[in-house]
Amino acid sequence: MEARIARQKKKNEWLVTWPSLLWLSLLFVIPTAIVFMVAFKPTDNYGGIGPGWTLETLRHLVNPNYPAIIWRTVTQSCLTTLICILLSVPAGYFIARANRPWRQLLLLLVIVPFWTSFLIRIFAWKILLHPEGLIKRTLVFLHVIGPEVSLLYNSGAVLLVMVYTFLPFAILPIYAAAEKFDFHLLEAARDLGAHQWQAFFRVFIPGIRRGLLTAIMVVFIPALGSYVIPDIVGGPNAEMIGNKIAQRVFVDRNLPQASGLSALLILAVLIPLLAVLALQRSKDRAVPLIREDA
Amino acid sequence: MSEFLEFDGVSKNFGNLRAVDQVSLSVRKGEFFSLLGPSGCGKTTLLRILAGFEHPDTGRVLLNGEDITALPPNRRKVNTIFQNYALFPHLTVRENIAFGLRIAKRPRLQIDEEVGHMLSLIQMEDQAHKKPSEISGGQKQRVAVARALINKPQVLLLDEPLAALDLKLRQRMSLELDLIHDEVGITFLYVTHDQGEAMSLSDRIAVMNHGRIEQVGIPAEIYEAPRTSFVAAFIGDTNFFEGQVTEFCSGDYMRLSIDGLPDVLCFKDKPLQSGNLIYLSIRPEKFHISRDRPLLDDRHNCLPGKVEDVIYLGTHTRYWVRINNHRLAVIQQHSRFLLDEKPIRWEEEVWISWHADDGFMLDRYSESDETLIGLPPEKTGQTMGPAEDSIEKDS
Repeated sequence: MEARIARQKKKNEWLVTWPSLLWLSLLFVIPTAIVFMVAFKPTDNYGGIGPGWTLETLRHLVNPNYPAIIWRTVTQSCLTTLICILLSVPAGYFIARANRPWRQLLLLLVIVPFWTSFLIRIFAWKILLHPEGLIKRTLVFLHVIGPEVSLLYNSGAVLLVMVYTFLPFAILPIYAAAEKFDFHLLEAARDLGAHQWQAFFRVFIPGIRRGLLTAIMVVFIPALGSYVIPDIVGGPNAEMIGNKIAQRVFVDRNLPQASGLSALLILAVLIPLLAVLALQRSKDRAVPLIREDA
Repeated sequence: MSEFLEFDGVSKNFGNLRAVDQVSLSVRKGEFFSLLGPSGCGKTTLLRILAGFEHPDTGRVLLNGEDITALPPNRRKVNTIFQNYALFPHLTVRENIAFGLRIAKRPRLQIDEEVGHMLSLIQMEDQAHKKPSEISGGQKQRVAVARALINKPQVLLLDEPLAALDLKLRQRMSLELDLIHDEVGITFLYVTHDQGEAMSLSDRIAVMNHGRIEQVGIPAEIYEAPRTSFVAAFIGDTNFFEGQVTEFCSGDYMRLSIDGLPDVLCFKDKPLQSGNLIYLSIRPEKFHISRDRPLLDDRHNCLPGKVEDVIYLGTHTRYWVRINNHRLAVIQQHSRFLLDEKPIRWEEEVWISWHADDGFMLDRYSESDETLIGLPPEKTGQTMGPAEDSIEKDS
């Protein structure tokens, strides 16, 4: 009897999940497989893919330039994620605690940048950071920096614009989690002897754990693949792996090598992603398992 | 001897709203003390002021002789049971109970021992690994109690802890709270809007309304001798009469002239002069209802009326009896086998009698409090005599 119920349950699960499964396999699994496949193909003279199989790309991946670029890509993405989280946790907290009219205004301010094209906003930063731009001139005038310091075309500029770009993506899931958070719990913690910071870190942060993990993923993953930002505000010393992939496709017209680099990037994204998912799952699973026992 | 817990002229405004208005109150050590009142009366604000979540605009809070008004919540030796328990959802039952001791950085062994002791006290050893979402409402309350008590507070604050539970569980948990209070012997400050809970659990009750304390006393005092029309109407049912003193009789009695009734004899429990206007409250069960005129001594009042409504409730019956422009709520206990007597029916002519001692004079009367009394819809005429907002106090 129980086995039959379990089988029926399994059947129902299939019934409701197959559309998303189909979607995922058509638009994610198959394209990813193609990228991995192309990496093992030779090029032809016209920038296409030749017949047969080769390990040529793997040899090209052992390029002395790559480790530095990969390292830079990872550190820049980690830093972007860290700064975004540090800014968006207090932001999410205060938006969630603000009263209604304020909350709507603040949320609107978070979303408003999306009304302008991403490219235009990055060009705007280029103008702001330009040697003759507003920020540079103000900082020189205030003697914060010397006139010889360049604000543009370096890793700092890339980091700044990346944080600017990804911050709303971090604030929104954290706000969504904080909005559902029961702020009486902070009072309970204070009541039990915790001071404000202890209550914040021991109760609020675990309370918005899911939002925090989502925020980390939606910042870190696109940050790893970013290519437009370092292309526009970064110089040759601020290149990231995305720029190299673009070069292989548009300049070298070498699809297998571009695929090889992309495959590397996909692995770099998938591994932490799966780790996060596994972590989340193990924590969530603890609940229903015990419930079934009881 | 100074009082254990003291509110001294405490006021708190929220914008234009005066939530707590010049409250002075003392609670004795080990007492089960209730703050009782309708929602919005300021009882929860007063509790939050004691817990340290709100800062009073004026006044002081003293605990054990020490002024704690300025202390943050984490440095006060009080703990709170929140209305929805506010258990930490990401922690297990055991971790929830251990929270206070962990924050206080107690040694691990001591924490384990004390948490184990608490778990056995609330009989939840086998649920210690569960998350709050996996236990029942009653169990949540026990965990909340254990989580608070483990810190050995000087006062345990309870903010409507039974409101989230269903009736049967509420009754059981209130008994449990009573047992815990007897066992640990610390002071309980209990906030509730449920008069039944307050009456059955408390050593003393403070009845609050509009941010002020209307009356403080033991449950029987609050019920039998309400000082204001609000207390009389909020706790149990009552009948109000407005009357004028006409004549003083021997032995501290006086006659009142009440509009629509023959003169009524009443006990004089404060100095009054002839012609003073007073308000009288008589509980429905103090009346006696009978078909024939009872033979009573001259300390009793006896008036003829007509039954307008009857609600039979098994242990007792409620009657609404019309006497001219008055409609009296009357409760008759059935201590005898009711079917042997002929029950009084609708539209019957009856006699209402009561002893002159059983009415109680109010210090303050407000007409709006009459809406608190559970009267059935009116059929004809007016309910009760005209009313002023308050009467002159004459004490």
